[in-house]
Amino acid sequence: MSETKKSFKNPISLQIDPALFEKAGDEEKAQQVTMRESVSFTKDALRRLRKNNIAMISLFVIVVIALIAFIVPNFYPYTYTKQDVTAQNLAPFQYSVKEQAQMEKGKSVFPHIMGTDALGRDYAIRVIYGTRISLLVGIFSALIVIVIGIVYGSISGYFGGKVDMIMMRLVDIIYSLPDVLIVILLSVAIKDWVAASGSSLVARLGAGMVSIFIVFGLLYWVSMARQVRGQILSIKEQEYVLASKAIGASPARIIRKHMIPNCVSVIIIIAAMQIPSAIFTESFLSFLGLGVSVPMPSLGSLASDARTGLRSYPYQLLFPALAIFLIVLAFNLLGNGLRDAFDPKLRN
Amino acid sequence: MNAKFLSYLIKRLFMALLTIFLVVAITFFVMHAIPASPFSSEKAKSDTVIAALEAKYGFDKPVPIQFLNYLKNILHGDFGLSTGWVGNTVMELIIGGFKYSARIGFTAGVLALVLGVILGSIAALRRGGPLDKFIQVATTALVSMPSFVMATILLLIFSLKLGWLPSLGNQPGGLILPIISLSLYPMAYTTRLQRSSMLDVLGQDYIRTARAKGVKNSRVIFKHALKNTLTPVITYAGPMMAYILTGSMVVENIFSVPGLGRLFTNSMLRTDYMMIMGVTIFLATMIILMNFIGDILYKVVDPRIDLS
Repeated sequence: MSETKKSFKNPISLQIDPALFEKAGDEEKAQQVTMRESVSFTKDALRRLRKNNIAMISLFVIVVIALIAFIVPNFYPYTYTKQDVTAQNLAPFQYSVKEQAQMEKGKSVFPHIMGTDALGRDYAIRVIYGTRISLLVGIFSALIVIVIGIVYGSISGYFGGKVDMIMMRLVDIIYSLPDVLIVILLSVAIKDWVAASGSSLVARLGAGMVSIFIVFGLLYWVSMARQVRGQILSIKEQEYVLASKAIGASPARIIRKHMIPNCVSVIIIIAAMQIPSAIFTESFLSFLGLGVSVPMPSLGSLASDARTGLRSYPYQLLFPALAIFLIVLAFNLLGNGLRDAFDPKLRN
Repeated sequence: MNAKFLSYLIKRLFMALLTIFLVVAITFFVMHAIPASPFSSEKAKSDTVIAALEAKYGFDKPVPIQFLNYLKNILHGDFGLSTGWVGNTVMELIIGGFKYSARIGFTAGVLALVLGVILGSIAALRRGGPLDKFIQVATTALVSMPSFVMATILLLIFSLKLGWLPSLGNQPGGLILPIISLSLYPMAYTTRLQRSSMLDVLGQDYIRTARAKGVKNSRVIFKHALKNTLTPVITYAGPMMAYILTGSMVVENIFSVPGLGRLFTNSMLRTDYMMIMGVTIFLATMIILMNFIGDILYKVVDPRIDLS
């Protein structure tokens, strides 16, 4: 047997000679084990993001602001509606005569960190509530944009052809509509409708808020849809999609399992860019008196109310102005960081 | 002008007109979906008076007929009669307000574009230097500030605290602050656009060729680079117009300028539906036309762009 193994029938035959091979030992096997975990795209991007100091500071600022906005009102001694005629237009850390009398009696009075407004309401809690509204608007608008944009964009990109053409024409038209004007128009119309309908939830949110969300749902998703579609169009040509199709996967499954995970970077970038612009729009409308309904404060309406006493109480403008500036700046910088981390090609 | 460009022009014009029509339709039907009659808010009026008023303004007809009439009228420049400023047509009021808004908006727009291009180019040419860093930080801060915050802070500093400039728009020099507050955001945005576009162009082969030939630095920048950097800025003209026109609503209110933006917010307070419709359509048309002009200019300036 051993003789026949050694000599080939034909020297140029490709037949493998088993005698030339030996079993791998445990040590050799260990060499083949990957020592480093494989790095997925998302992990890699998050690593890049963590290295970006500005983005991490912005994220930290956003988290701190969000914690303050959602936790502090639960145990804060003042509410945003409580009026006190004896404590009107107090400066930060100033106490009204009544409060001073109470303090002399030995009672502890929580300081008005940002003073009070013209109706004697604690200003700090109003600014905190306004911040909460801004954050909620930003996050909800991002969610609306993500859901509608992904569904619309992926359907358009996946089916292509006539479906794509018609859907993208619609996007072109929506894209060129002046959005802020439509928001204003809708909130004017809805204001009357809210007054007529008397629905408690709608009335509490205010006509402006309802119309902002309607308009986000109707108009703001177009850039997301465009980007997702573009991404899907290129992914569609990949071999793994063909393979998936060949084994009989349904379009919904292919979109869900193969295409959307590969659009993640575009989705994250566009959603992050959406948040500051939504916050801008809400504060703009509230400033015009079309946003949240009184007595609910918003950073825009606080800034608008501060104009009447601007000369004497400039801090009533500065606090909401600073809050909105910080929020938008942090979201902008985080958005830039996310763009750099998730789309290294765009970096210059 | 070749056939391809002409067909693009026609297609783009058609799109613009379609969008304007859509805005008119949305405006009309949204305003007509409101349950209240424009006259119901006025006090001490009998049903007969309201009926007579509705007949006078054509509100008693079926809505589709009203829409066709409205379309026909606005094509003749007739936006109907104002109910908030009785005795004025909507068109008169719009033209009256537009005179102020156009002056502020045009100056702010030109200021923003010119300064933005200059600052952006400087930042790109001094890339990584202290001046570039300063411009980057300043523009990042400016694009994070809403127009009303900018306007009120400028008002607080320059007019209430320092007393350098008047706080009302009708005083001499009173338009300076509104113009500055409207132009800062677009200026910062243009600066960022121009910076990245300049950096992009400066890395191109033809710039290296020009430098290799020994062309003077100033000539490379002005003759070879600058022209090619302007395309992104041109496409920003449309969105900038939208920003300035909507921004003027708050800025004109803050500085009491009797412009179109203030007229619009006042007509909302007075629930003057004809006025709200008229101003919305007017502003939207301006924005859509500006977008159209921007897109066309973009193709004219840079023939390399694919027209398909």
